[in-house]
Amino acid sequence: MKTVENAAGRMVPDEINGKEAVPFKGVGKHRPTGRKYAPLIPSCIDYPEDNNKVISSLREALVLCGLKDGMTISTHHHLRDGDLVSNQIFAIASELGIKDLVWLPSASFPCNDPVIQYLEDGTVNRIEGSMNGPLGMFVSEGKMKGTAVLRSHGGRVQAIQDGEVKIDIAVLAAPAADSFGNAKGTGGPSATGVIGYAKPDYLYAEKVIVVTDNLVDLPCWPMEIEGNYVDCVVVVDKIGIPEKIVSGTTQITKSPDRLLIAELTASFLEKSGLLRNGATMQAGAGGTSLAIAVFVHQMLKKKGWKFRFGFGGSTKYMVDMLEEGQMGAILDAQAFDLDSVKSIEKNLNHIPYPVFNAYNYHSKGNLTTMMDIMILGATEIDTNFNGNVVTHSDGLLLHGIGGWQNCLHARNVIIPVPLFRDRIPVIVDRVTTLCGPGELIDVIITERGIAINPRRQDLLDSVRGKGLPLVTIEELRETAEKICGKPEKAAFDDRVVAAIKWVDGTVIDAVRKVKK
Amino acid sequence: MKQAITGNAGPKVRSDIEVTLELTEAGGIELNLRSKVKTMYGKAIEEQCRTLLAYFGIENARVTVNDSGALPFVIAARIEAAVKALTGTSKSFIPEMISENTYHSVRDRYRFSRLYLPGNNPGMFLNAGLHSPDGVILDLEDSVAPDRKDEARILVRNALRAVDFYGAERMVRINQGQRGLDDLDVVIPHNVHLVLIPKCEDADTVRTIDKRIREIKQREGQTETVFLMPIIESALGVENSRDIATASESVVALAIGLEDYTADLGVQRTKEGKESLYARNRLVVAAKAAGIQPIDSVFSDVGDMEGLLENVLSSKALGFEGMGCIHPRQIAVIRQGFSPSPEEMDKAKKIVIAWRDAQAKGLGVVALGTKMIDPPVVARAEKTITLAVRLGMLPENWMEEETVKN
Repeated sequence: MKTVENAAGRMVPDEINGKEAVPFKGVGKHRPTGRKYAPLIPSCIDYPEDNNKVISSLREALVLCGLKDGMTISTHHHLRDGDLVSNQIFAIASELGIKDLVWLPSASFPCNDPVIQYLEDGTVNRIEGSMNGPLGMFVSEGKMKGTAVLRSHGGRVQAIQDGEVKIDIAVLAAPAADSFGNAKGTGGPSATGVIGYAKPDYLYAEKVIVVTDNLVDLPCWPMEIEGNYVDCVVVVDKIGIPEKIVSGTTQITKSPDRLLIAELTASFLEKSGLLRNGATMQAGAGGTSLAIAVFVHQMLKKKGWKFRFGFGGSTKYMVDMLEEGQMGAILDAQAFDLDSVKSIEKNLNHIPYPVFNAYNYHSKGNLTTMMDIMILGATEIDTNFNGNVVTHSDGLLLHGIGGWQNCLHARNVIIPVPLFRDRIPVIVDRVTTLCGPGELIDVIITERGIAINPRRQDLLDSVRGKGLPLVTIEELRETAEKICGKPEKAAFDDRVVAAIKWVDGTVIDAVRKVKK
Repeated sequence: MKQAITGNAGPKVRSDIEVTLELTEAGGIELNLRSKVKTMYGKAIEEQCRTLLAYFGIENARVTVNDSGALPFVIAARIEAAVKALTGTSKSFIPEMISENTYHSVRDRYRFSRLYLPGNNPGMFLNAGLHSPDGVILDLEDSVAPDRKDEARILVRNALRAVDFYGAERMVRINQGQRGLDDLDVVIPHNVHLVLIPKCEDADTVRTIDKRIREIKQREGQTETVFLMPIIESALGVENSRDIATASESVVALAIGLEDYTADLGVQRTKEGKESLYARNRLVVAAKAAGIQPIDSVFSDVGDMEGLLENVLSSKALGFEGMGCIHPRQIAVIRQGFSPSPEEMDKAKKIVIAWRDAQAKGLGVVALGTKMIDPPVVARAEKTITLAVRLGMLPENWMEEETVKN
């Protein structure tokens, strides 16, 4: 393996886990050719005539699906920190003496920390997905055998669809399923609202296991997973812990400083004219984003305006807009809280809409390019507006990419962040890890000023002279450094511990092992 | 062995540092650093600690610092306080005064909202000014635990030099009695605009403090007036409020503290405030008679913004011109409450224009609708207009614009 400089000026490996890797070429420069990947052809005669695919245990199902060394196992993250299924897969594999599995989750959570022991005992070679907290630390310290691959939600679909990743067995938890394998996210004790993240998995995996704690009569309707793609159905006592399925971040921030940033953001949206009748918006589930949604909702009400639609990650605050008439529809990839889960069941214009369609580079069109207002976060932004969401300034890998990279393709990307967290500047001279190129990031809103990307002269013109604290990104960096002092850079070894993929499958940056 | 611990640490502590200092006989400085920003600032923190200890002449010591992202002015204050606690040194390490902190205040500036900042809690200092309070109060009195008073004083001094309060009036609430006078020695040389005098009961207290401030100013060659805001928090204070208001030229406002006042009376403090109505009326009259601003007590339920607004409006109706805040989110509500409402502005504009037209025609009295307008009505309307202009709610040339419109 050698490293090469990619189009963003980052040194990246040309080979990852023994497979050739294409360095990032620039935004919109890479066009894979050929045909989409497809799993082997099954025949219905190989399945029971009564179509009852219920298998007594996950262990039996995994064995039946031919679990063996080196396979790639995929899961979705709709159960979030209440996921009781994923860890079991690797516990079973470990008991069976299986080695070198690749885990392809659509995201991981603190509840998945026990997987560390299966990374240590060799059951799992690597994770290709998000790594948070202790898992991220484990990777950053160079303890994982394989190289981690971090992809955006859309990038995961892209990799599955163009054959970069081949799923051997998809193990898909389902809040409701029938004996044929039709499944959905509503109903039952572990309702998640939608299970759209499972879509590429069930369509492209060689074998599909649906795991449910709520076996319903056929047909499980409206199904999000179609039984025709499913090999086995496993019924367990519990797939999730309900109170932990709800995302922990769906509370409006109480921090006065973050509320100030949220107010400033809402004011920017109003004064720039980005907020208008018929606009589209996506804001995510962080405390600051939720506060922005609330402020924006008040503005819409006052003006008698309505968003055409919003894209979820849905939250109570989006549902309020929908139900009070300030949002035409919610297209929803995941429900972040219980109000959203309930809304999907009762509101016809709250529509499950998987990232499979919305974010995928190989889709015929990208939903995010239709979004007028996109509110995102970041751990670091540099003076070229480049963004980092996976590492902190100390070099440790601590977050996944989520849909962040995909959302950068919206018309107006706005990132409200504090200028520094404790003593750590958020606006820096060069991001520790490059996750998104600055040409896609338009506005940085901090408590100490708003910096607009000079590429967006139109936005600059729209807010000039309207009383907003406009500054340059360089001024923001200087202010942060003046208050906090000049930070030292993290020191790294040469070893690449994680590759950061761009939405098209190319390698935009690499994370290296931190020096102790 | 004697040991000094200063500052704060713990899972919820941010932007602070805990310093544990033990003086030793030999072996140089043994520094043990724990910091959540170690990768970025570990070396800088260590260097700062060593430089400061050398400055104070400490050659042998065991130092443990537990850092939660403290800025340099906090680290300096914590080290100094620890050294002072062990050696009693009279030496101080004064951080650089940033250029943003050299602005002055004026006697008659508005004081609608003034945000209390507990003096030993540096995490709240940094962004306080960004919330646009009229004033920030670095509090050395009730919000600081008795055994932390010394270190808070040093921290507040450093904050006055190193923290940008973004144009807010820079206030310090000193302690009562001798400790309060000693507080003045430490803080006054660092561009304090206003001193709050807690539990003030007589004019002598004001005069003593004023005298001490003048002495310090003379010593330091300072010329700007340091304004005073006595806080009336007892029955005796209320009875003496007129004397207190006129005790010194420097007094620009009288504030009332209702928690202590109701305690002194032995009654419950209620939201309606019937129990304090007399005191509040008396204080407003005393202040207005002396030509200074009457300032109301804080509203302690930080979650109840509607209750706060109601409180502000009733306070304004009594004649108060400002209120304390204990949470940044209260600032905008208080400002809104004390600002003229659109209706008030409209009415005031009509009165002033009608009066101007009457004057032009040589009329002494004029009617607006069915109401007679005479000089006091005009004076009140003019006050409203001045306030609106100064708050940026009306342009300076509003009258021309109105005339054009009509």
